[in-house]
Amino acid sequence: MKKFLSIGFVTGIIGQIIGTAVGIGLLAGIRALMGLAPKAEPAAVLGAALGIVGFMIGVGGFRDWFTWAKGEDTFEAEEFHDQPGIIRYWGYSLDHKVIGVQYGILSLLLMALGGTFALIFRAELAQTGMQFISLDFFNTLIGMHGMVLIISILLGISAMSNYLVPLLIGAKDMAFPRLNAFGFWLAVPASIVIVAAIFTGGFDTGWTGYPPLSARAPLGMQMFFVAVFFAGWSSIIGALNLIVTILRMRAQGMNMFRMPIFAWAVLATSLIALTATQLIGTSFQMVSFQRLFGMGFFDPAKGGNPLLFQHLFWFYSHPAVYVFILPGLGIISELLPVFVRKPLFGYKWVAMSSLGIALVGFMVWAHHMFTSGMEEYLRVPFMYSTLLVAVPTGIKFFSWTATIWQGRMRFATPMLFTLGAIIVFLLGGLTGPPLGTVATDLHLHDTYFVVGHFHDTLFGGYMFPLFAAIYFWYPKITGRRMNETLGKIHFYLMTPSFLVMTFGQMAVGLLGMRRRIADYDPAQGFQPTNFIVTIAAFLVALSILIFFINLFVSAKKGEVAKGNIWESRSPEWSILPSPAPEHNYAQPFNVVGDPYDYGLKGSKFVEIAPLQAVDQKARGTHG
Amino acid sequence: MNTPATTLEKRAYKIGTARVGLWLFFLSDAFVFAALLVSRFYLLGDKRPHLEQGLGLIVTSVLLISSFFMNRAEVQISQGNRKAFVTSTLITMLLGIVFLVGVVGFEWGLAPFGPADGVEGAMFYMMTGMHAFHVLTGVVFLFIILRNGIKGRYSPEKHWAVEAAANYWHFVDLIWIFFYPALYLIGTV
Repeated sequence: MKKFLSIGFVTGIIGQIIGTAVGIGLLAGIRALMGLAPKAEPAAVLGAALGIVGFMIGVGGFRDWFTWAKGEDTFEAEEFHDQPGIIRYWGYSLDHKVIGVQYGILSLLLMALGGTFALIFRAELAQTGMQFISLDFFNTLIGMHGMVLIISILLGISAMSNYLVPLLIGAKDMAFPRLNAFGFWLAVPASIVIVAAIFTGGFDTGWTGYPPLSARAPLGMQMFFVAVFFAGWSSIIGALNLIVTILRMRAQGMNMFRMPIFAWAVLATSLIALTATQLIGTSFQMVSFQRLFGMGFFDPAKGGNPLLFQHLFWFYSHPAVYVFILPGLGIISELLPVFVRKPLFGYKWVAMSSLGIALVGFMVWAHHMFTSGMEEYLRVPFMYSTLLVAVPTGIKFFSWTATIWQGRMRFATPMLFTLGAIIVFLLGGLTGPPLGTVATDLHLHDTYFVVGHFHDTLFGGYMFPLFAAIYFWYPKITGRRMNETLGKIHFYLMTPSFLVMTFGQMAVGLLGMRRRIADYDPAQGFQPTNFIVTIAAFLVALSILIFFINLFVSAKKGEVAKGNIWESRSPEWSILPSPAPEHNYAQPFNVVGDPYDYGLKGSKFVEIAPLQAVDQKARGTHG
Repeated sequence: MNTPATTLEKRAYKIGTARVGLWLFFLSDAFVFAALLVSRFYLLGDKRPHLEQGLGLIVTSVLLISSFFMNRAEVQISQGNRKAFVTSTLITMLLGIVFLVGVVGFEWGLAPFGPADGVEGAMFYMMTGMHAFHVLTGVVFLFIILRNGIKGRYSPEKHWAVEAAANYWHFVDLIWIFFYPALYLIGTV
């Protein structure tokens, strides 16, 4: 029992329960003292927020910072040692690899949860008429499906970048290991709070939370706001840490243009997450305050304007989709050369295109608002800036096809998912311009066409690359390979089912089926397609179930991975054993060539620094 | 292996890394205030809330003067002058508290509207509230460095905490330089 109570996660949960109780009690107490009747909403909001703070105190997130505030030093992160075994994933670890895996576990859990929400409402949509669930619950489910998966994606990106970036650039850890752990653990109570939204009345706005509806939705709306606010913090903290790590912790000789493409992608992603995330936090906070204090930002009766919310919201939420896809596109560029044994075509252009997408991404938000009633003169400029995104994205496609051209392909599971990613993302990209063009968007806005397009981009830009990355780097984590047969079944089941699903969604969308509706008229003829889409969605879920089984079984029974199993040039494969040891590279390495020169005779990417020079060179980079 | 020279160099590099992190935080935080500024002009346009001009001028001057003492404190500790550091930090902190009392204690009471009375009130309380929250955290940081400074924990070579707190203070001050005209000067009542 005592041992159980020393686990960080458990103490965190206890802290969250106490914090929530304190928050609710505090406000109820103050109101009782002032002789006012108790009010549920402010108490619940304060309870949720203090619950998250309580979790962070319980898990030990403030301990070292409190020591610093007292003016005392703490141990260096390099002196930190985890408990051996699986237990280390349940505590407040400072090791970036452990944190990366923790991020991954939480992300996959939320992915399963968010996917389950979709299956429930997909089952409802298979037929006209309401069969299983109430209209309110349907609305809650679509909003939860959106936001739970967005948080899952943000965590999944953090998982990949936390685990990989220090390994790829030859650092011992992240620049700020304590901040790194803090950022991860913040997401845990935030995830609990967002699930709590279902049990506090839900909300009926969808994931976008537009006022005026969100200003009077049930209490679950507030839980949603609090959860997103803190999950956003987690994302900002992680992004800050990654930028500093990439700028300051690279190995000797790794100048910016010898960095792995994935590091470039993470840099671009992090720049967006660092800055734009503040706007979704601010906009949700403003709606929350409108509900709590009657501040009329978005209330026309008080002189407010609901359109302002949409501007603030989309200023984050559009660039956010580039946050979701850029790391995935980086993974594609990272894995392709390994499996086609050729240099990456146009390295510099690919690196710059990530930054290009990030920068253009800041200027396109109002294309979500063509039908909102905003100023008409804004439409055409935003249409052009939106179409401009195709240029840097096109660069990536040219690079991928040119890399594949005349390569010697090996069709291992990671490669299958990489190719799948390219194809599916291409479909997502091609269905984008009709939505970005004003004339066609007026017809397609808020239809299932948008749903189909969005799932194509996110599966192509995030899910497929994520699976590729997991199949590829899994041996680095566990020392064992994932089962190839199950991996291939996963791929060959998921890809066609997924394509059928999104094509079906686009088909009913073109016919005019609105998104977010619980029911439709049988006379409209959507029913056969909707039925097929539901079947396809369940097949996708089945394939992901196979993936989960593979994930668990291979950890114990998988084939032991010895040496450089993928024949990669990257240092984490060519230097480190599997699983990767604590604190990564015992000895720093020098970067002496370009990262992707596969098949060029005598070319070298990294070599271990000569011993006598280690101390000299280590000073600069491993401070 | 670890000669004093290499440790010093290592520490300098580490502080450089921390500095990049701090400035990235400022960049990120600036977007919150930018969002509020944009909202103010979007919702109120060339109208401004009816506020006490004299009080606004006083609190603004107090905050600007506090930045002078903040800078003085940092310079003093980097020259190893502990006593002057403590005095300057204390003055900065007191000026910060005066600012908070002026805005939250007086201006919030004197304003002819509450947060629920129309969009002027909403914008005014949101902007000053968000800024006051940052000033408050700045005062907490100042208290921490003041306490550690009195205990002699800082030296000319090792005072990163002072630098961070000072830069944060200047940052919050800079935000007010944008907020003051947006709330008090631009537009008509």
